[in-house]
Amino acid sequence: MNLMLSVLAAVALMTTAAEARTWRVRPGPDAQELLQGAFIQAEPGDTIRLTEGRYELWAGLSLDVDRVTLRGEGADRTILSFTGQRQGAEGILITSDDVTFRDFAVENAKGDAIKAQGCARITLRDLRVEWTGGPNPENGAYGLYPVNCTDVLIDGAVVRGASDAGIYVGQSRNIIVRNSLAEYNVAGIEIENSFNADVYRNVATRNTGGILVFDLPGLPQQGGHAIRLFENRIVQNDTPNFAPAGNIVAGVPTGTGVMVMANRDVHVFENEIGDNGTANVLIVAYRAQIDDPNYNPLPRDVTIRNNRFGRSGFAPAGDLASLAAAGVPLPDILWDGATNYVAAGTPRTEPVRIALIGNRKGERDLPTFLSLGVPVAGADLTEAAPDPTPPPAVAMPEPERVRLPQD
Amino acid sequence: MRVAALVCVLLFGAFSIAGAGVRAPGVALDAVLAARPAPTLSAYRLFLDAGARVANAGVTPYALNTALYSDGALKIRHVYMPPGAQARHRDDGVFDFPVGTVLVKTFAFAADMRAPAQDVRYLETRLLIRHEDGWVARPYVWNAAQTEARYAPVSAPIPVDFIDAAGASAHLDWAVPNQNQCRGCHDRDDAIAPIGPSARNLNGDFAYRDVAENQLRRWTRLGLLDRAPEDAPRAPDAFDPATGSLAERARAYLDVNCAHCHNPQGPARTSGLDLRASNDAPARWGVRKRPVAAGRASAGLEFAIAPGAPDASILVHRMQSLDPGVMMPELGRQTRDAEGVALVRAWIARMDADGHVTEAAGE
Repeated sequence: MNLMLSVLAAVALMTTAAEARTWRVRPGPDAQELLQGAFIQAEPGDTIRLTEGRYELWAGLSLDVDRVTLRGEGADRTILSFTGQRQGAEGILITSDDVTFRDFAVENAKGDAIKAQGCARITLRDLRVEWTGGPNPENGAYGLYPVNCTDVLIDGAVVRGASDAGIYVGQSRNIIVRNSLAEYNVAGIEIENSFNADVYRNVATRNTGGILVFDLPGLPQQGGHAIRLFENRIVQNDTPNFAPAGNIVAGVPTGTGVMVMANRDVHVFENEIGDNGTANVLIVAYRAQIDDPNYNPLPRDVTIRNNRFGRSGFAPAGDLASLAAAGVPLPDILWDGATNYVAAGTPRTEPVRIALIGNRKGERDLPTFLSLGVPVAGADLTEAAPDPTPPPAVAMPEPERVRLPQD
Repeated sequence: MRVAALVCVLLFGAFSIAGAGVRAPGVALDAVLAARPAPTLSAYRLFLDAGARVANAGVTPYALNTALYSDGALKIRHVYMPPGAQARHRDDGVFDFPVGTVLVKTFAFAADMRAPAQDVRYLETRLLIRHEDGWVARPYVWNAAQTEARYAPVSAPIPVDFIDAAGASAHLDWAVPNQNQCRGCHDRDDAIAPIGPSARNLNGDFAYRDVAENQLRRWTRLGLLDRAPEDAPRAPDAFDPATGSLAERARAYLDVNCAHCHNPQGPARTSGLDLRASNDAPARWGVRKRPVAAGRASAGLEFAIAPGAPDASILVHRMQSLDPGVMMPELGRQTRDAEGVALVRAWIARMDADGHVTEAAGE
């Protein structure tokens, strides 16, 4: 039986313009084939409308046609459920350019929920991604996962339950993540090995760590830089770390607000950051052995300014807990203090500039600061030489605002 | 030793006199070059019979030294090139095939896989066709009567029951990859590309219906290939110790089963793991390489390959898994490749910290 015939029969086609068409897909027993059929037969410029309801899918979907819009009736009304997924490493994979996804939900994908690989001008708007059983190491790793993309817009997303990062943008350039809610994930929002990102007006709460800016060695794109985090609420990140061991985020202490690791030109400003039990801001070097001679594990040129801080350090976790138990009070802003590192066997050193300017804690206080003064990146915390003296408040140029052609 | 070559001999040997004296029309080059897929496989006239058991003139069967695991399915491969056209030899990677080339791969199961030439049921035939602007993938699904294969860019799974090679009864819901999933494996620099027919993987004998002959020599003799150096690279048969060392065979297995994605231009490039046999930097083919975006698929293990410790190696864990969010490859299998897992486990178990394996005496 030729399924294409049934696909054509069951998907209503409406011609709306000379070249652009609108496909309408409804839930039902053939949802998998209908939806994947539309993804394959769509032509550039087409829109695929998902009517209200729950689509039960048994395999991952993939889209490889440029300029396609996939649009539901709302993140609580059109639901793509992968609870019964038996095939495919992600819920939906996008590999084409100028794609927009909006107004639907993806639930319980077996791996990542929506992955966009190698895409230009990808827009993910008003989506909900959720693992409905709550935090669980068996949940998929990433909710919204653009990797190796340019011009990424994520706006109005709600992401819950990812066992790695709710919103994860990796090895990409020109990124905006805004107006989104990330909760009950290990990492709420993570920008990794990426260049030029604006992350603003998001809420990151009830995660293990709120917003992470990381750079890892040994990848095609590294040297993450030019990241701005502003006007976010990064509060009460208190979900015990449920990442599978071995993953980089498994090392994020429960109760972390912002964590900056091995990036440069990172500006964190005008955020509300509080009620994070370990630290409101962690600034640290990558700690594992480095075989890559071109990798720099140090965070450098980091500006923390005009933020409003709330409580922190009241429930320290991870290896910082033992430090606290040893009598070192944990501050709002904690830097490991590393300025030396070893890459591929060669010792190197580099000046690290961290500026704290105009931050407040409560009504009148300044947030507290501590450098652990570790002798070299990755050193054991038993070698720490803590020093609460804030670094000199040098002004560092702020990265330019990110502008996207599709925004 | 895998059975694909044997099946080809039996299938094609049986028809050695088919068509004698009568000149059948050749392959339909217009269908091959058409922008739109033909609705049925028969429209291409790659085969003389409705069941596609007898190849047309100019359609040459071939086999690979080491093949991708596909749930133990038989794979029957043919290549067609337009008259006068030929592929250009490359030492590394797939040959440079001319416009009009068709790579034909049929997936099939025998009712009893211990007798792989009897009661063979074709499930699907995939065509990779070289057009002027690149390769296109076209899947065709066979009907139950085995008389027609229809174009199926999206297809429901096909239930299959058979006796497996170990004599146990087996059931599969054979998942025909859709067009996009084809690209999941057949992707180079964001374009569709063949995986198998490279010098190293074709450099071996094939039992043609007239004579057993080295495939590179045969292709050159038939004019399908411009040249074949005497010292062309040769991939071992991953499961035949006579054809290579343990390390060579394990790397050949990973090359064919993983490197179509795990290469610097492939879909898995963002992982930093490069499993091509030609990659000679152990840290880049997995030795003590930490996971990047594996999520729960890492199962709490630290390294892709932990030398000496297969059970602590993410690579082995993901080869063994049947969970869609964990398993590797991501597509194209629903069962474990027990032989492949055993090979890779043995290799990692004997590996030193630098990724080297010392062969035991007598191996």
